[in-house]
Amino acid sequence: MELSRILTQALAELIAPTTAAIALAAIGLNLHFGFTGLLNMGQAGFMLLGAYGFGIATMSGAPFWLALVVALASGALFALILGIPTLQLRGDYLAIVTISAAEIIRMLGRATVFQEWTGGAAGLTGSSFKATFQELSILPAAPERGAFGPLEYVFTGSDSWWTRLFAWAAVLVAVLFVWLLTRSPWGRVLKGIREDEDAVRALGKNVFSYKMQALVLGGMLGSLGGVLYVLPRSVAPDSMGRSLTFFVWTVLLLGGAATLWGPVLGSMLFFAVYMLLRAGMREGLEGVVSSTMVEQIGGMLVGVTLMLLVIFRPQGILGNKKELAFDVR
Amino acid sequence: MSDETQNKGTEVTEPETTVEALDTVERSDSVAAKVAEHVLAKVEPTVGVSKPDTIMVVDDVVRRFGGMTAVDVGHLEVQRGVITALIGPNGAGKTTFFNLLTGFDKPNQGSWSFEGRSLHGMSATKVARNGMVRTFQLTKALSRLTVLQNMLLAAMDNPGENLFGSLVRPLWAGTEKRNTEKALEILARFKLDTKKDDYAGSLSGGQRKLLEMARALMTDPTMIMLDEPMAGVNPALVQSLLHHIQALRDDGMTVLFVEHDMHAVRHISDWVVVMAEGKIVAEGPPKSVMQDQAVIDAYLGAHHDTDLGDDSLLDPAVLARLEAEEDKR
Repeated sequence: MELSRILTQALAELIAPTTAAIALAAIGLNLHFGFTGLLNMGQAGFMLLGAYGFGIATMSGAPFWLALVVALASGALFALILGIPTLQLRGDYLAIVTISAAEIIRMLGRATVFQEWTGGAAGLTGSSFKATFQELSILPAAPERGAFGPLEYVFTGSDSWWTRLFAWAAVLVAVLFVWLLTRSPWGRVLKGIREDEDAVRALGKNVFSYKMQALVLGGMLGSLGGVLYVLPRSVAPDSMGRSLTFFVWTVLLLGGAATLWGPVLGSMLFFAVYMLLRAGMREGLEGVVSSTMVEQIGGMLVGVTLMLLVIFRPQGILGNKKELAFDVR
Repeated sequence: MSDETQNKGTEVTEPETTVEALDTVERSDSVAAKVAEHVLAKVEPTVGVSKPDTIMVVDDVVRRFGGMTAVDVGHLEVQRGVITALIGPNGAGKTTFFNLLTGFDKPNQGSWSFEGRSLHGMSATKVARNGMVRTFQLTKALSRLTVLQNMLLAAMDNPGENLFGSLVRPLWAGTEKRNTEKALEILARFKLDTKKDDYAGSLSGGQRKLLEMARALMTDPTMIMLDEPMAGVNPALVQSLLHHIQALRDDGMTVLFVEHDMHAVRHISDWVVVMAEGKIVAEGPPKSVMQDQAVIDAYLGAHHDTDLGDDSLLDPAVLARLEAEEDKR
C-alpha cells in the first residue's frame, strides 16, 4: 500500500511539469557546456529572469505569446550582457561571472526597491500571471478531471494535464531545434571551439561570435525553462537560486553532456529517483528523521551524486565512452 | 605532390634516429624548387635584404614582456613561393614572433603587411581569412571530433556555419559534399584516409601534426605558417613531413616554418632566417647561413672556443678585449 503510493509519486515525477522545465534548462546548458564548452554556473539566473519577464509582462496586460517573447528576450539580453566582457577571456571567467550574476538577479528580485513589479521576497503569486496560459488550453472543460493510469489531475489549471502537455511539447520542440543545430556545420564549429578555440580561430572562424550565439540560445532555452518552472507554482526568487543551477547541472551530467536526449532522460531519472528517495525516507524512517531533515539529506545526496558522476562516469548515461578513452587535452 | 616524391617517402628504410632520417631527405628537384633556388641565389645574404617578389614585409616589430624584449625585428621580407625557415636557439623569440604575425599576440609597436595589406591590429580570425594559416607547436587536433570532421571544420565559407542557414539542410548539403570530397583527397595524400572516422584524439603525435597540416590546407591558404612541425615526431614520420612541406611549395604556396634544429632545415628550405635573443642575426641560403659567425655564436655562444681554465683569462687586458667584443655584438 505504502510502496505503491511511493511508486506512484515517483511515476508522477517522470512527467511532472517541473521535470520538463528542468529538462529544458538542461538542454540550454547542454548547448553551453556540452557542445561549446562554456561554463555557465548561473542557469537559474536565466530561469528566474525568464519567469520574471513572463510574469511581469502578463501582469502588464500582455497576451501569452507576447509575454513568452518578453521572457525569451530577457534571457537573450542577459546572455549578451554577460558574454560581451567574458567571452573574450578564458573559460573560468564566464563561470565566475554567471554564478554571481544569477545571484544578483535573485537579490534584485527580492529587493524592496522593485517590490512594485517583482513582489519582493514573496514573489509573484501564481494567480497573478497564469490566467492567459490556462485560457489557451485545448483540453476539455468538462469533465474537470482526468486519470491516466494511476495519475489523476485536473485538465486545466495550475498542476494540470494542460501544463504537462504544453511543457513536454516545448521540450520536444527544443530537442528538435538542438538536433537541427548540432548536426549542422554550425554545430561542428561549436564542438571545435569546445576542443580548442585557438585552433578554430587559426582556421578563420570568429570564435567570439559563435560562443555568443551559443550563450544566447542556451540562455533563451533556460528562460523558457524558467517560465515552465513557474507555471504550476508562483515566482519565488529564493526557490530559484544556486541550488537550482546545481540541479540543472546534475541533470545534464547524469543524462550525458553533448548528447541529444541526455538532458531529458537525466531530468526524468533525477526527479523520479529524488522523489523515491525522499518519499522512501519519509515512510521508512518515520520517527527517526523529521521531514525537514529528509529535504536536507536529499540535497546532500544530490551533491554526492554530482561528485560521483563527475569522477566515475563523466560521460553520463547516454555519453560516448569512446570519447573519454583518450586524453582530451 | 608529384608521384616521384611520394615514392621517395615510401622506399627508404626505417631510420632509427631523427638525424638519420633527416640525412636521407633529399631536396625536391621540382621546378618550383629550382626556381626558388635560382631566384634567391641573386639575393645578397644580409639581414633585412630586399627580395624580388615579397609576400610579407615586417617593419620594426617589438614585443616586450615587462622589462624583457622578446622580439625586436627591424626589417624582414619573405619571398613568395619559397620555403623560408625561421631558426634560432630555444628562447630566441621565434614562436612569439610567429604569434605576432598571425594575430595571436599584439606587438608593442611595429607594422607588417601580407600581400600589401597591413595586418597590424588584425584578429587571428581575419589573418586566417586573408589566406595566412598557421599550425601550432603543441598540436591542436580537435580530439573529440573525427579526422574528417576536423577537415570539414576548416573549409571556409560554408553556409551551414551560419546559425540560421544551419537549420535548413538543403542550403549546405551541396557545399558539405564538395568539401568532403576535397577533404578525402587531401587526407589520402597525407595517408590519413583510413583514419577518417577515428577521433583525432586517438591519433599518434606525428599523425596529429599531419592532420593539422592537412586541415590548414582545407582553407586554401596562400601562405602557410608551421610552428615546429617536426617537434615530437618519430623519425619515420619526419621524412614524410619534410616531403609534405616541400610539396606545399611545389603546389605554389609560400611556407614559413619555425624550427630550432638547424639540421632539420638544411635540406628542404630555400631561405633561412636566424633569430637570437629576439633579433634577426642572419639570413641567407641554408648552406651559407650555417657558416655565418653570428649564427655559430648564437647557437654555441660567442666564446665557445675559449678555454675557461686558461690562465690568460685572469689577465685584465684579455678580459677587456673579450668584453669589448661582447659589446660590439
